[in-house]
Parts: sequence; structure tokens; C-alpha cells
Amino acid sequence: MTAAPVHIAGERLMLDPGGVLHWPARRTLVVADLHFEKGSAFAARGRLVPPYDTRETLSRLAPLLRLYGPRRIVFLGDSFHDAEGCTRLMEADRTALLHALAGIETIWVAGNHDPAPPVGLPGTAVEELRDGPLTFRHIPTPRAVAEIAGHLHPRATAPTRAGGVARACFISDGRRVLMPAFGAYTGGLDAADPAIAGLFPRGGRAFLLGTERLFSFPLAPKRSTVAVPVTTFGSAQDLPLFAGIKLRNG
Amino acid sequence: MRTLPEPFAGWFAARGWTPRPHQLALLDAAKAGEHVLLLAPTGGGKTLAGFLPSLVDLAARPHDGLHTIYISPLKALAVDIARNLTAPVSDMALDISIETRTGDTPVNRRARQRENPPNILLTTPESLTLLLSLPGAPAMFAGLAAIVVDEAHALAGTKRGDQLALCMSRLAALAPGARRIGLSATVAHPEALRTWLSPSARAGDVRLVETRGGAMPVFDLQLPEGRLPWGGHMGLASAPEIYRRIEAARVTIVFVNTRAQAELIFAALWRLNEAALPIAMHHGSLEIGLRRKVEAAMAEGRLRGVVATASLDLGIDWGDVDQVIQVGAPKGVSRLLQRVGRANHRMDEPSRAVLVPANRFEVVECVAATEAVQAGDLDGEPPRPGGLDVLAQHVLAMACSAPFDEDALYAEVTRAGPYAALARHDFADVVRFVEDGGYALQAYDRFRKLFRDSEGRMHVRGPQVVRQFRMNLGTIVETPLLKVRVRGGGVVGEVEEYFVSTLEPGDCFLFGGQVLRYERLDPGAVIVSRGGDGEPRVPVYAGSRMPLTTYLAARVRAILSDPRRWRHLPDPVKEWLRLQRLKSELPPKDGLLVETFPRGGKWFLMAYTFEGRLAHQTLGMLLTKRMERLGMAPLGYVGTDYVLAIWSAFEPHDIAALFTEDILGDEMEEWLAESSMLRRTFRNIATIAGLLEKNHPGQEKSGRQMTMNSDLIYDVLRRHQPDHILLRATRAEAAQGLTDVARIASLLARVKGRIRHRVLKQVSPLAVPALIEEGREWVAGGAEDALLAEAAALVEDATDGAEHFSETLAEITDSLPVRGTSVPRERRRSRHVRGVPKMVTGR
Repeated sequence: MTAAPVHIAGERLMLDPGGVLHWPARRTLVVADLHFEKGSAFAARGRLVPPYDTRETLSRLAPLLRLYGPRRIVFLGDSFHDAEGCTRLMEADRTALLHALAGIETIWVAGNHDPAPPVGLPGTAVEELRDGPLTFRHIPTPRAVAEIAGHLHPRATAPTRAGGVARACFISDGRRVLMPAFGAYTGGLDAADPAIAGLFPRGGRAFLLGTERLFSFPLAPKRSTVAVPVTTFGSAQDLPLFAGIKLRNG
Repeated sequence: MRTLPEPFAGWFAARGWTPRPHQLALLDAAKAGEHVLLLAPTGGGKTLAGFLPSLVDLAARPHDGLHTIYISPLKALAVDIARNLTAPVSDMALDISIETRTGDTPVNRRARQRENPPNILLTTPESLTLLLSLPGAPAMFAGLAAIVVDEAHALAGTKRGDQLALCMSRLAALAPGARRIGLSATVAHPEALRTWLSPSARAGDVRLVETRGGAMPVFDLQLPEGRLPWGGHMGLASAPEIYRRIEAARVTIVFVNTRAQAELIFAALWRLNEAALPIAMHHGSLEIGLRRKVEAAMAEGRLRGVVATASLDLGIDWGDVDQVIQVGAPKGVSRLLQRVGRANHRMDEPSRAVLVPANRFEVVECVAATEAVQAGDLDGEPPRPGGLDVLAQHVLAMACSAPFDEDALYAEVTRAGPYAALARHDFADVVRFVEDGGYALQAYDRFRKLFRDSEGRMHVRGPQVVRQFRMNLGTIVETPLLKVRVRGGGVVGEVEEYFVSTLEPGDCFLFGGQVLRYERLDPGAVIVSRGGDGEPRVPVYAGSRMPLTTYLAARVRAILSDPRRWRHLPDPVKEWLRLQRLKSELPPKDGLLVETFPRGGKWFLMAYTFEGRLAHQTLGMLLTKRMERLGMAPLGYVGTDYVLAIWSAFEPHDIAALFTEDILGDEMEEWLAESSMLRRTFRNIATIAGLLEKNHPGQEKSGRQMTMNSDLIYDVLRRHQPDHILLRATRAEAAQGLTDVARIASLLARVKGRIRHRVLKQVSPLAVPALIEEGREWVAGGAEDALLAEAAALVEDATDGAEHFSETLAEITDSLPVRGTSVPRERRRSRHVRGVPKMVTGR
């Protein structure tokens, strides 16, 4: 796994192809939009999707924690899919989570899905975290600088000779970093969607997640692009994914 | 011979008709209380034959409530039949009530139908399922005397057929006296159809009544003037000849194989239409109102021709059609016969049909198909077991109607033909899936949909489960579609989202016979304006191409391998085959010819397997994986209906070791994990089984939520519970459906020890069509990562790392479609990297 450096407000941040951000100077690991217990949230509404999502998400997080050995972990909001999510954690998953977080200072940044801090889990709950020049918050704010945020689940489609390949991605323009969603059941929003493109008026770079490394592609400055929804399944509950990065001018 | 009772005899006589033998045979069967399957060509008075016993019975013994239920695969057909049936009933002043019930039936009439059902109800499998899920179903169906299934051949063997078989089993439980009458076109396997129809899953319990069509259809082969094309499937070169034939006939149906082809042929005919003949187009993506208009114009004889896809294969009688033209290869004998039967709907006159092959292989296929028709041979898939996803939906439907006993329901289900061999433990797994998701991890106890009472009967948990079921009923899963709306005008039809994602504002595409300019995307609709410049694109739709049937493939091989059978082939094709014999050899009837030759710095491997496009796609993936393992560095492949072509960096050797049956082992497992076809299958199965929803009660459609798509679920489930019932169902279905693994297995078994490998100096004549085929697949060491790396490096090289350079990038990459699982893997290659075999594999 090769992480790629970006520099924000003079700080060196490492983007890991696993979908987490590491801030070496503060030994801080940042992870966004885990959406723990999304499966059981659906089950509660009569959609009995496989209950393994929390387990899967944890199994992806644990090796990254071992790799970086951070002093502090920042959950960048929407860590649980809903306010009651933490109460539905299965015992085995709760144990695994506690084990993974043992000895690490844990910061729960509030998200729109989980405005209240999780009950029965260690850590500090904050609306946002400011540390040095950087601000960590869930929902990105327009024109902010030195901001690390999540919420939008960015995803981009890169052109290859065998067709477009869509992946979750980091997006950065040297002023801010938009984090990919980490959860096993989190879909994505295309980088060309106005909600994302609007944050990067001068364009930026998308870092698509790969198995071993990131793949970097430039994003065009915001122009009259048209987002094209591509649903991958016909649920209207969840609105269509937006995909189809426009690397070409209209 | 028996005669008809009054007033029917008089009504027939007044029209100068005599009852046909099969109509009397069905009356006999009714009298004997037997189930019956009627096989007759179109135009044989089949539908009337099906209803006659019910009408006679109802005329003699007026009946309170539901007497006969009629099920058709098409809503429009049910409506049409209701109309046709009402005429004789009112002519004879019979007191018989006839009504339709489909998804379009108004709510108040549906409610009344539940209270006070008509004597004869015409409906679809979906509406029947819904009726059976109601608590009032036992009362409604208790007096049922007859179940008439129309176009049974089009239902059996499909998921809707599975659903209907289960429903009939339930009807048999509610009304043990109800007889079944199946109406079908002539089929290859009447035994299978009888089994499907039978209330005991035994063919012997259904009497077979067969009428052979009188006259043999007459076929004409139409080749384009000038050169016979090597490749392509559209048949546009023959447009002038097609137009001349339309001009010469009264009414012509021009059948094509895909919607894209319909658009192109229609546009070509329109350009040639100097005589301003009224020609229309009909395909499944046109807005329904437009389709109805075309159908009405056709029925009224206002059209001289209609270009149509499979959307006109079934159903309504178009009256005066005197010519059918099939453009492109027919792909199957039964399908060809069905289409030809649309002409001249009278049994005693021969149908006339013109076959217009688009390329050389298709010429051979057309000849093979006409020979098969003349020999009276039909193809058809052997029966397959019923889908577990459909069963899951049915189990929930039954629970919605009334609490059920698991053993009793199992017994009922296994009386349906498609489920006769269903194992008890598979049934139990399906019930558990419906109950709580069927996960090894007992996580959803609180969210069960079913609960078991003290006597062991299963109940639904509450009304919201019932509501959820009703909103998601059905076995047809649509690919995501977007409406096409003309700015300031109406909706003209639908295109796949995938296609839209490849468009830029200003791009033009051909739709519904006109050139439309893409303007923008509104929520739920593509906004277009009429007209536009530049070469229009043509929308493609997933899975719209039928693969060549196994049976027809065998006939094609037999013709190719035996020069004595070439006499019906046109000269350019004969010449082509002679050349092949000279330069290489002809594909053998039973073995397998494999050619290898170098070309343009690559090695090509051509396998003349004739197993259809789907099987070739799968086989291509498996073979390239094995070649990779053997160090041959495969670069890509393409599968046509006839040939699989693979190109590699190094010369392929030891061909026999490639085509061994164990390729379905390791390579298969690896492929299953990645296959987009499998993911698509899973999505359909999960939707039908009720895991994913088409609709959810009481949900608002606003807000931008991140979707949890079926791919994410597939990946997680595959990792954590690989033997889950839905994954088992996915694998089983992929084996016969989308991926045709079963066909690959029989191919490998057939050619074992009979592989002829020819190493050539250059491309052989038979290889040419495949090499100019579109839709190539690239091999990337099994991973997209390598492709991404290459693209990232390419972009970097081209721009010296500049940040913003979309213009440059556009030149390098064309607009590339998103690769998702719900879209076909149609590849457009970049102009600039074409033919660069730089990347070999990821390993």
C-alpha cells in the first residue's frame, strides 16, 4: 500500500489507498462516513440486507490502524447510519471495535446521520475539530480553506482503454480534502455533481482508490457540466448514484 | 365427429364456419374433465378453442361468480381477447360476464371484482399473483372451473412461467375441480410444456391436441446488391431491396433483432421512401401511446410496413399482413417460425417470408434455419428448474393471503412442474430467507417478516410487510431507464441511463425514427430537441441480443463442414468457404477447429465453437485467465455468435490443454468474483426475492441519499456467507442464463480429443468477420487497477502533469461510458490508443 502526500496549509497529509487520511505530524488517522449498522437500519424498515456490513467495515479498518499505529483517530461524521445505530451493534462487533480503538484517542465528529455521540463507546464528541491550521468537519463548507471533510461520498470515473472505471476517491485542490466514504454499504456521488464540483471551482485532483495505490486524475474546473445519474439498483429510497465524470468539455 | 350444441352451432353456421377439429377436441377434453394442451400455429382459431368449452358450459349452466380465468403474457392481449369474446357472447345473447384485470384496471373496478367477480376474468400472471395474495382468494376462486393459459410457450421456462406455475398450484388447492387449458404455438418439447401445465408435474396428466399447420412457409433469401458484407449485424446494405419488397406487397412486417437495428433500418427505409409509403416502427422502448397508435394503424390497414422487434412477436392479430421480412439472422428456428406466422394469418395458405442476412455467417445461418423449418425440426431450450427468487416471492404472497403450514406449502409447490424436483432443505432455506433474511448470523430476530404460531403455522408480521410485498411484486426487473422528453413536447420513449451517461449536450441520437439532440438531464427525464447536426448515435439496450440456439448452431456446423450441403448457399459464400478449405480447413461437425496465426505483432487464436455470444463471452474470460497462467500474455478477446477470437502477446501452444473441462474449476471461481454478468444476475434475483426493492411504501423521493447498491451487498455477502440461498440461486441461474456455463460445459465435453489445431501464416477467411466485430473485451490481469495505472500514466505523459487539461484528455480518451454492473460491457476504444498492445497483464 503506497500512500500519496498532499500539502494543505503547509501540513503534509498522507492519502491512503484504503480510504483513510494520515497526518504524520500529529499521528492522527482520519476516516469518514463509516455508516456502521446501515444494514440493520434497513432491516428495521423491512429490508433484510446482509447483516455483515459493520463486520466488513471493521475488518477493513483494523489493518489500517495496525499499519499506522495512530495516537488519535478522527471519525469524520456519519460513523453510524442513524442515531440508534450504536445500540444495535452486535456484541462481537462492539468487542472488535473496542479492541481496535484501545489506547487510541478517539474523536467522534458529529454527522448528519449521527448528530449525537455514540452511547457506550469511548471518545470525545465534537461538532468539529480544529487542530493547528486544519479544520475537520463532516459537511464541507464552500470557500473554506484547510478543511478536511466527508459527507459527500465522492466517486469518480476514470477513462481507461477498456471503458470508464468508477471508484471512490479523495478529491483535493491544495486547499481542502474531501474524503471518500469508508463504510461497506456506502455508495458514491459523482465528482461532477454540482454538490462536489462546486467545492472545487478551480478544479482539482481526484485520487481513485486502488488495491495497492491511488490513481490520480485531474478534475476540470467547474463549468456547465451535466451530472448523469446512473442507478445501480432500482430503489427509490436511495436516490441514484451520480456517476460519469466529465473529463471532456460539453 | 361431435357437433356443437345450440346456440353455438347456429352461430357458427350463420358465419359459414364449421368448427375445426381441435376446437371439438377441446370440447371433448372438457367433457372428459381432462387437462389439455393445444399446439397450433397462429391463425388456427386457438383462442376460441380455449374458451369454447367454458362458453358452452356457462350457456348450459349459468354460474354465479368466477368460472374461467384466462392468463396471457401481454396486458394488451387480455384486453384484445376480451373484446373478441364479447362479440359472440352478445350475438348469442348469453348471460356471461367478461372482464379484464391488469395493472391498468382502475381501483374501484378492482374492488368490485373482488366482491363480485365476473364469470370470465382475463388477466396476467402478476395480477393473478396479487389476487392470490389477498385474504379473500379462497372465496373468490372456490368455484373456478377452468384456467386458460394463452401463449403458454412464451411463459413456460421463464420466471413469469415459474410464477404462474406456482399460482396454478395454489388455484388447484383452492379449486380442485379446475381444469387447465394451455394454448401454445408449435414447440420442440411438448412434453416439457405438458409437465409445466400439469397439476401433478406429470406430462401424462395433460392431453395433447396438436394441429399441424397446413402449408409449409415459403422462404426467399435476399442478398444486398454488390458485395456481401463480411461483418456487421444491421443489414443496412439491403435497405433498397427491403424497400422494393415493401413496395411490392400489401402489408409487410420487417422484423429485426434489436431496437438499435430497428432505428437504423427504419431510418434507412425512410431515406429511400420516395413513394411516401406509410411505414412505421414498433419497439419496446417507444412510449406506450405511440406503440398503441402504430398497432391501431396496423389493424386498420393504414400502414404498408412496420419495422418491429420482438415486441410484435406475440399476440394480437394484425389481419392483412402478407409478407414478413426478417433482417439479420433468425437466431432460432422456433423464433423464425413464430415470426413468419405473423404473415397471412390463415392456416391453409403458405406464409411468405424473406430472410435478409447481414453478413456471410448469417447467410449460412439463414439457410440452416430454413432447412430446419422444412424438415419440421424446432429448437427450444430443455426445461430448467424454477427460480428460487420467484419461489421466495410466492412464499410471501401465500403468507399474505393466509397463515401457512410449511409442509403443506412444500407439497403444493412441488406439484408445480418447475419445482417438482425442489429439495425440502432448499424450500426451507427459501422460507427462512423470507422470514429473517436467512443469514448465518442471527441478527435480525426483531425484524422478522414471518412468525410461527404455536401450531407451527407461518404468519406475516404485520400490514407493512403486506404493503411492501404488493409494491414490489413481479418478476420483471427493468434496467434503469430514463424517459426521453422533447422540449416543450411529450415523452417519446425511454433509453437506458447508461446510454445517456455517454452523451454530451449537443450530441445527437436516433430515436423513434427521428434525430434528437441531447440538451440536458432533468430529474427522471432526458430533455431533447428535434434535429441536430453530425452523425447521430443509436441507443443500445442491455441484453437485447438473442444468442444463437444450440440446435441451430449444430445445423450451421453441419452445413459448413459438408461441401455437398452448400448448394443452397449463394456464390460469394461458397467462394468464401472454398477459400477457407484451401487456406486452413472447415470447422468439423462435431469436433472443434482452432486456428492460430500472427498478425500486427500479436498472436490470434480463433476457436470455431458456435455456442452463441453469451457462452463465448464467458469462455473468453475463462480461457484468457488460463492463458495468463500459462504465460501466453493474452491481451483481449471478442465473441460473436459463431467464433471466439483471443489475441495475445505470445504464441498460444498446447491448445488441447486450454480447452479442458477443468477450466470450469479454478478459473471459474476467480471469474465469479469479478463477473459483471453475475452481479447483474444477483441484482435481478435479489430484487425478485424481495431483498432489494423496486418501491418502498411511504417514501419520499427528495433528498440526495447515497445508495446502497446491489454490488456492495453482493461483495459483502460473498465474503461473509458464500453459501447464502441467493448466491446459490445466482450461480444456478448464471449457469444456464446470462453466462451459459452449461453450454460451455457441453462444448468442452463434446470436443474432448477432437480438437483440430492449425497454425497459419496469416488470417484465415473464416476469421475475418470476428476480427472486425465490435464489443471487444480487454484483459487486464483480472484487475481494473492495471487499466487505471495505465490511464493515469498516459494522462501524465500527455500533459506533463498539468493540472487542467480536459481538452487534451478528450483527445486521448473519447467520452467513455461508466462501467457499472447494470450496463452492458460495450467498449468504445480510444482513437489514439487503438492497437497498442502495450499492457500485457498485471502480473
